[in-house]
Amino acid sequence: MTTGTPTGGAPTSGPSDRTAAGDGGQGSQLTKTAGADGGGPAQAAVASVDPRLLVRERGFAGYLDDLLRRVRTGELGSLPVIVGLIVIGIVFQLQDSAFLSANNLSDLFVQSAGTGLIAVGIVFVLILGEIDLSVGSVSGMSAAVLAVLNINQGMNEVLAMVLAILTGMAAGAVHGFFFARIGVPAFVVTLAGLLGWNGLMLQILGPSGTINLDDDGVVAQLTNHYFADKVWAMGLATVCVLAFLGFSLLDARRRKAAEVPSRPLSEIVLRTVVVAVPAYAAAFVFNSYKGLPLAVVVFVGVVVLGDFVLRRTRYGRQVFAVGGSSEAAGRAGINVSMVRITVYALAGTMAAVGGLFFASQINAANQSSGAGSLLMNCIAAAVIGGTSLFGGRGKTWSALLGALVIQSINSGMALLGTGSAVRDMITGAVLLAAVVIDSVSRRTQKTAGRA
Amino acid sequence: MSATPVLALRGISKRFGAVQALTDVDLEIHPGEVVALVGDNGAGKSTLVKAIAGVSPADEGSIEWNGKPVRIDKPHDAQQLGIATVYQDLALCDNLDVVGNLFLGSELTARGVLDEVEMERRARTLLATLSIRIPSVRIPVASLSGGQRQTVAIARSLLGEPRVVILDEPTAALGVEQTAQVLDLVERLRERELGVLLISHNMADVRAVSDRVAVLRLGRNNGTFSVPDTTQEEIVSAITGATDNVVTRRNARTAGAAPTASTTSPTEVQQ
Ligand SMILES: Nc1ncnc2c1ncn2[C@@H]1O[C@H](COP(=O)(O)OP(=O)(O)OP(=O)(O)O)[C@@H](O)[C@H]1O
Ligand SMILES: [Mg+2]
Repeated sequence: MTTGTPTGGAPTSGPSDRTAAGDGGQGSQLTKTAGADGGGPAQAAVASVDPRLLVRERGFAGYLDDLLRRVRTGELGSLPVIVGLIVIGIVFQLQDSAFLSANNLSDLFVQSAGTGLIAVGIVFVLILGEIDLSVGSVSGMSAAVLAVLNINQGMNEVLAMVLAILTGMAAGAVHGFFFARIGVPAFVVTLAGLLGWNGLMLQILGPSGTINLDDDGVVAQLTNHYFADKVWAMGLATVCVLAFLGFSLLDARRRKAAEVPSRPLSEIVLRTVVVAVPAYAAAFVFNSYKGLPLAVVVFVGVVVLGDFVLRRTRYGRQVFAVGGSSEAAGRAGINVSMVRITVYALAGTMAAVGGLFFASQINAANQSSGAGSLLMNCIAAAVIGGTSLFGGRGKTWSALLGALVIQSINSGMALLGTGSAVRDMITGAVLLAAVVIDSVSRRTQKTAGRA
Repeated sequence: MSATPVLALRGISKRFGAVQALTDVDLEIHPGEVVALVGDNGAGKSTLVKAIAGVSPADEGSIEWNGKPVRIDKPHDAQQLGIATVYQDLALCDNLDVVGNLFLGSELTARGVLDEVEMERRARTLLATLSIRIPSVRIPVASLSGGQRQTVAIARSLLGEPRVVILDEPTAALGVEQTAQVLDLVERLRERELGVLLISHNMADVRAVSDRVAVLRLGRNNGTFSVPDTTQEEIVSAITGATDNVVTRRNARTAGAAPTASTTSPTEVQQ
């Protein structure tokens, strides 16, 4: 399209100039374009590729080139957090050689599951451009519901777990209803939830304040069960890598058949290697300790499922659309209230599931369940992992990466024997750094016309 | 032209707080007909469009579709009937790519999963047939120019095999070539027996493509004109509400003739 043609006839609005400023040598090319497509629509239909488009070179060099360009224009994605994880690993390893031991890494991964599962729900809420401050209280409440039903009332444990999770879902749906239908700002609704659900939890826990769970129960197993046989970890890693490779190849073939741009084979191989290295490294680490932890299977499973929902389903597309512009989404026929209510219900559900993992770690529900820094850690995990606070952008993988960062700091600090005071200061600084990166990358993306 | 209008509005009224934006507005669109809706800024054109599209339904009045009364309470109702709308204030999601925006609300799926390949293929074909050129269908629309975004919005309205297409100032941000393309497109829609409601401030464009011109003034009908039998001056005076108005006086001045009735108070001709 020849916007802003030098002849001056086209009253195009500002943004075109902004986009054009992105790459050099615009002017001369523009004139050329304007001259070249004087023909009618039929001719233009053939030459429908814009000559200004930065076409990516095929193969590895093109991949690297593209990566560098993305970094320059602020599309950092998960890059800072991966660099951060490596730095954290090196720093703590230099201080204490136990940090990168299989034992510590495996424990660290298991302990990050609770935070990470809650953060998956937060990712959905952040994509909507909203916030949920109640997830800590909801997680505590679900643990209390489970403990009371299972231990005090003698209900079947699995049934009690299901009811505890449904309680979280209902609490989330209530937030969603007040936000979407009544129009109360989400911040206020979930702040009320933060207080209210915590009160309800104290109420149902009763005067004793602590209910211990069954040591051999299902909940206890959540963070204590390991698939000891080495086949499990290696097998799962292999299945994941092969599935990734298979779907990539299938997708490329379909794209070729439909004559739309597809990834070259070299890039698919490279991407598969990038997936395979951490997958097998993790499997190796788990096998050097007690085996594949159940908690990790559940956590990674939820992250993969969430990623699938967000990127491959109609519902996920609607969530992004509402986060990008609720007005446009509504005009496109999307039921905006429904999307908002279900996203909050999902955040409540994930909070409840995470609450069960936290209960599993201490094998009890008590008055401090879901309190303290838990809420901030979960939100921080999502943001540190690269999900934007400004809405419209995010991935469930950021919950995984962010939770690992937070738990690494916790674990490293515990190894060094520093108290929670220093730990909180450092976590706060990391969160601030993540938000600064988010804001700055948003600004560079804006100037590069990609926000 | 068939006798029953595909879309008929009867007695539409709409109020925003203290502003009566529309009062008792009637409008008919027949298949294979291009109706231009004109009126000054704030006359209520966009408000009428949003009432038809279900974005902000009218307070009073009825809507008939092929002669049968229908209710349009939400955007989905209008889409179901076959009304496609390009809004003046663009309705695109900045964070989604071009394909995502084109298919928003009517995504293609295969076994419950988004069929990205097919959507991308159809998007490319559609954009090519409309000779719309954008750098890539996989970049977020935030990085497109105003006119490019407009063409995406227009392309979007044509995806769902509509019966009536409403274009609210579609060419306002477009370059010379793109404007001509949109006008060509409007004519192609008429050939395909679609009803088109075109809103524009550009009299030349309006006269070039439309069969009838409906004038809104201060939220009320102010006449419907058959384009071949009407002069531009008649339409302009219906828009401004007087035969002697700012536009005619200016024309008279620039033509070198003395302004004849300049004694009329200017307040009378301004809204
Ligand atoms: N959401 C709203 N709230 C309050 N008043 C509104 C709203 N939308 C429109 N109006 C009022 O209704 C009247 C008609 O506005 P409308 O946007 O329909 O005008 P228009 O004919 O499309 O003008 P333009 O040519 O400038 O696009 C105006 O007086 C405007 O102030
Ligand atoms: Mg308008």
